Amino acid sequence: MRKKSMENSKRMGKIITYAALIFGSIIMIFPFVWMILTSSKTVSESMQIPPTIFPSRIMADNFAEAIASLPFLNMYINTILMIIFRVIFAVLFSSMAGYAFAKLRFKGKNFLFGIVLMQMMLPSQIFIIPQYQMVAKLGFANSVAALVFPGLVSAFGTFFLRQSYLAIPEEVGEAAYLDGCNQWQTFSKIMFPLTRSSVAALTVFTAVFAYSDLMWPLVVNSDLKMMTLSSGLATLRGQFSTNFPVLMAGSLLAMLPMVILYLIFQRQFIEGIAMTGGK
Amino acid sequence: MKSGKLSTAARREQNWGYLMVAPTIIGLVVLNVWPFIQTIYASFCEHLGFGHYKFIGLDNYINMFRDSDFWRATGNTLLFCILTVPVGIFLSLMVAILLNARVSFKSGFRTIFFLPMVCAPAAITMVWRWIFNSEYGILNQILGTRIAWVTDSRVALISCAVVAIWSAIGYDAVLLLSGLQNISKSYYEAASIDGAGKITQFFKITLPMISPTLFVTMIMRLMTSLKVYDLIYMMVEETNPALTSVQSLIYLFYRESFVAGSRGSGSAIAVWTVLLIGIVTVFQFIGQKKWVNYEV
Repeated sequence: MRKKSMENSKRMGKIITYAALIFGSIIMIFPFVWMILTSSKTVSESMQIPPTIFPSRIMADNFAEAIASLPFLNMYINTILMIIFRVIFAVLFSSMAGYAFAKLRFKGKNFLFGIVLMQMMLPSQIFIIPQYQMVAKLGFANSVAALVFPGLVSAFGTFFLRQSYLAIPEEVGEAAYLDGCNQWQTFSKIMFPLTRSSVAALTVFTAVFAYSDLMWPLVVNSDLKMMTLSSGLATLRGQFSTNFPVLMAGSLLAMLPMVILYLIFQRQFIEGIAMTGGK
Repeated sequence: MKSGKLSTAARREQNWGYLMVAPTIIGLVVLNVWPFIQTIYASFCEHLGFGHYKFIGLDNYINMFRDSDFWRATGNTLLFCILTVPVGIFLSLMVAILLNARVSFKSGFRTIFFLPMVCAPAAITMVWRWIFNSEYGILNQILGTRIAWVTDSRVALISCAVVAIWSAIGYDAVLLLSGLQNISKSYYEAASIDGAGKITQFFKITLPMISPTLFVTMIMRLMTSLKVYDLIYMMVEETNPALTSVQSLIYLFYRESFVAGSRGSGSAIAVWTVLLIGIVTVFQFIGQKKWVNYEV
């Protein structure tokens, strides 16, 4: 008897677990579904009361209108270039510095690493006015270079990759040294390949962060053709304040590439972001 | 080192060290250290245009402390943290516990909860504005209400908090899940044999064991909430009547520095935000001693 009731309560627990997860998933997914459904409606259909769930017909007019009012192709290119350059710089420079901070002995190391930590602790907004003034003074506002500028070096990347170099046993470096490698060869041929999973995590983190960033692209590139997907959307919001179908179409266009990448590489994305955040 | 002279090998190692940290350190000095100093200096200055500043002492701070919008922004920011952090962390912990149970389709659920993390806040808030729309929004239709979710100053901040929580649940849950997975199953088995129920197990085993991860997750969520900008900026445009009861410190900073162009007072707001974050962090680290368990 007792065994049976325990089995029953176990089954109840299972049902509750699934019910809660499914309920949560619906709440998480609903905005996306609603975005897709709305993007295919006409303005008047979107304002019907009671609302229609499914659009009366599938149409691409809203997408065409969003593309006509915003240079989406430019925005894609700007965003992709910004991400590529930021990732390259973050990975290259942070790997070098992370390796040196973890494995090499040099005077003033702690002081220099203190600079890295200080940058990590301060909110990026405290740097943004002077950074903008530098860009303006050097005359490269409204360019891809301006978008990349604050991401040329990554304190977080340095800190994060230092951790993974610290995890590599000293013997690995010593063996390389005995084989006649100099420091650069030890780093580039032996050590760097060992940090592959951390580099992947940093890549994902840097890309998602750059893609989401709003204030910097808004401040530094005011020319519509030089905007990123994020800052372009902010502009679209002003243009079509009540035309929600077009706004939904525009948002979908901006979201799609990243979402597709995420669905393909979901494990790398989740582990990458969780790894960089956790420990 | 002891003799004050380095061997050739050690000197070579040192040179490589400097060479390899050089790009990062030079970059940080130019992009961060120097701008940090400049921002502090600018907070005591009036911006005359074209990057020229005139020293005016404490005037920016005095004006700032006299400005009711500034105090409201500070209050909004803190209220936003109070609204998002406890509820968000609680819900994330629930999701993590559910995902930690033996369920099939686990990675599917994880993918769904995590999805908002890879979407730009600019895009996400757009659909939420539509859901929250007072006349035609689906939320009012479902509830049968006519609440102005984003323009009524009494509820707009709550609406923003809902979106913030919704966006961050998956991320925090993944962090907490990794903490849960580190708890050895043997604790639960031993507790079951002793007759401890699920709820007792949660409070006696899960919560203490996960407290370090919980603390890290909470600190990170708090930091993000104190710096909130993009979400509120996209939800509540500058012409929105609810603006002053929603705008966060960083939003005010943005408007002051880049819309109004008064970079001196903008810098003062930035400095104040850094101080506020510092104060909150110190309190967190004092408070953690009471509940975070590092014994394990």
